Amino acid sequence: MSLKLKEKNNIIKRKLLAFCFKLSANNRKMAYDKFTILKSTAVPLPIENVDTDQIIPARFLKATERKGFGDNLFRDWRYNSDDSPKQDFILNNPIYAGKILVGGKNFGSGSSREHAAWAIYDYGFRCVVSSFFADIFRNNSINVGILPVQVSPEFLDKIFNNVIGDPSTELEVNLEEQTITIVKTGDKESFVINGYKKHNLLNGFDDIDYLQAMKEEIGGFAAKSIY
Amino acid sequence: MSTSPSTLFDKVWDSHVVRKIEDGPDVLFIDRHFIHEVTSPVAFLGLKTRGISVMYPNRTFATADHNTPTINQHLPVQDPLSANQLKALEENSAKYGISHWGLNNPKNGIVHVVGPENGITLPGMTIVCGDSHTSTHGAFGAIAFGIGTSEVEMVLSSQCIMQPKPKKLRITINGKLGKGVTPKDVPLFILSQITASGATGYFIEFAGEVFENMSMEGRMTVCNLSIEMGARGGMVAPDETTFAYLKGRELAPKGEAWDKAVAYWKTLKTDESAKFDLELTYHADEIEPQITYGTNPGLGTGITHHIPFATEVKDGAASYKKSLEYMGFHEDDQLIGKPVDYVFLGSCTNGRIEDFRAFASLVKGRKKADNITAWLVPGSHIVESQIKEEGILDILNAAGFQLRQPGCSACLAMNDDKVPAGKYAVSTSNRNFEGRQGPGARTLLASPLVAAAAAVTGKVTDPRELM
Repeated sequence: MSLKLKEKNNIIKRKLLAFCFKLSANNRKMAYDKFTILKSTAVPLPIENVDTDQIIPARFLKATERKGFGDNLFRDWRYNSDDSPKQDFILNNPIYAGKILVGGKNFGSGSSREHAAWAIYDYGFRCVVSSFFADIFRNNSINVGILPVQVSPEFLDKIFNNVIGDPSTELEVNLEEQTITIVKTGDKESFVINGYKKHNLLNGFDDIDYLQAMKEEIGGFAAKSIY
Repeated sequence: MSTSPSTLFDKVWDSHVVRKIEDGPDVLFIDRHFIHEVTSPVAFLGLKTRGISVMYPNRTFATADHNTPTINQHLPVQDPLSANQLKALEENSAKYGISHWGLNNPKNGIVHVVGPENGITLPGMTIVCGDSHTSTHGAFGAIAFGIGTSEVEMVLSSQCIMQPKPKKLRITINGKLGKGVTPKDVPLFILSQITASGATGYFIEFAGEVFENMSMEGRMTVCNLSIEMGARGGMVAPDETTFAYLKGRELAPKGEAWDKAVAYWKTLKTDESAKFDLELTYHADEIEPQITYGTNPGLGTGITHHIPFATEVKDGAASYKKSLEYMGFHEDDQLIGKPVDYVFLGSCTNGRIEDFRAFASLVKGRKKADNITAWLVPGSHIVESQIKEEGILDILNAAGFQLRQPGCSACLAMNDDKVPAGKYAVSTSNRNFEGRQGPGARTLLASPLVAAAAAVTGKVTDPRELM
């Protein structure tokens, strides 16, 4: 297959994938697709302090609906000012693809814009791996159905080395067991997630349903509030 | 509440926990919720989709700021997408009975400026907003932090948010700040010491003489930047300075309610033997006017210093190299004398009256350099009025500067206030990320004094030379 055809196929695959996610989200009561085991190749982005302004620049935050943000994911790293793709950026390299994005330390810092998590989801990623996440981004990710997997710096290096060296390298993320494995080497590490959020992700539930169910308790609390 | 020694943060947090979820987050009651046009529309859409409503509309306050023009605000907004977001905010607020300060409302301005100046922000409150710089309100001894849009929907529909309790960090700085050293330089200095992720997972309490002797405006600048350290927020214990600032503000308690409130607020301080997860201590003498040279707020240093070598910084060498390349700088470059094209005074970090006083004090009797484009943007209409009433506008005009209308402006460049690609801006805002002030723009974060020195000399200049 020629490189160009392959790239085209990849784009079609990604769009189809994003469409399927949206379809399934629309047809269920769940806020997003259930997350169980994700086995996929990965896209490596070995840069530290990837801030949410890079993930989605502010000028693309003007929508009043949540759609189409994937097109502008990493906009200024991905495209030149004339909208032509920057050939050296990883998302424009057709040999790297998959549902897992692997980033450097302090991923998702800066602005609280949930649009960053929407853009990552809309592009087709379901999991982001890093050695360190910014707090707000971590919360936003889980709230939209992306699993942030925090690994040790050593394990992150191992993932980068394997994935960059061999783009067909698959990672397996098992939420139930809370493990991430580099499939071909068998290297495995466990990750932390609190039981409540894990239950939500496994079942596609979100916090709003939970809070709606405790409104009476909240009303009682509010009645005693001094403000 | 427990009688064991507790921190200011514990006292406020624990008194707002509605329910503790085992192996999960706390359900935290939110006293005040601010919304703006960019991060709220999808939350309102979510309410509609689910068929649910706003639980306590009187606890939410809307203001338009991120997307607004800073000239000709009396005319219709030109950009159709921005206009659409502003309209959505207005309509959603009206639909649910939320107070809305839109464009041309005399109370309009940047959310983190108008909240405090109208007395909406009070000590001991929990405050959230779909904006990371909500940490600003911590200056009043409130727990205040930024949230995502899903969480905005949570707060609208249930007045609660689900958060694991962060760890506690106290940063103590004693001593007296030197000549030309402003509140802005303090967090920029801390950032240069601990990096942009040094406080991730923590909530900060700022303590010591430097913060005790600071005005409320200064404390807001400090707490504003705690998110840049990675922290969820930062706070300062309320004291007489806080009470004096709040007294008489429109929505602050009055009469008997005021006395009762102050009595409660006086209890909001860290007990002597309370424990923090981490303590950091610096001395005011270590801090000189700061400026950043890289593409995250942790990459800054004293203005008289040179740009560090990759081996001297905590970021990885590859990321550091990428950062300097973007800025067009090199290791060991001297910062003083670097060329500057734009100067931006404003934002939720430095768009308050004190910041304009400081800027004016330095440009008074001087002239704007010919090579500089300056954008001076007040944080609110109230700040704008003060600038005029105090005669600051006359000083600025005489020095060749114009005043624009309130809004977030070039801090995030969502409107037309964009720094062109490759140009250098000395900015009093909070983020120097790649493209933050416009695609390809290069940002050097600094105080209003450093910005003023650059504005009149046309290059990076130590403000102490002009004082």
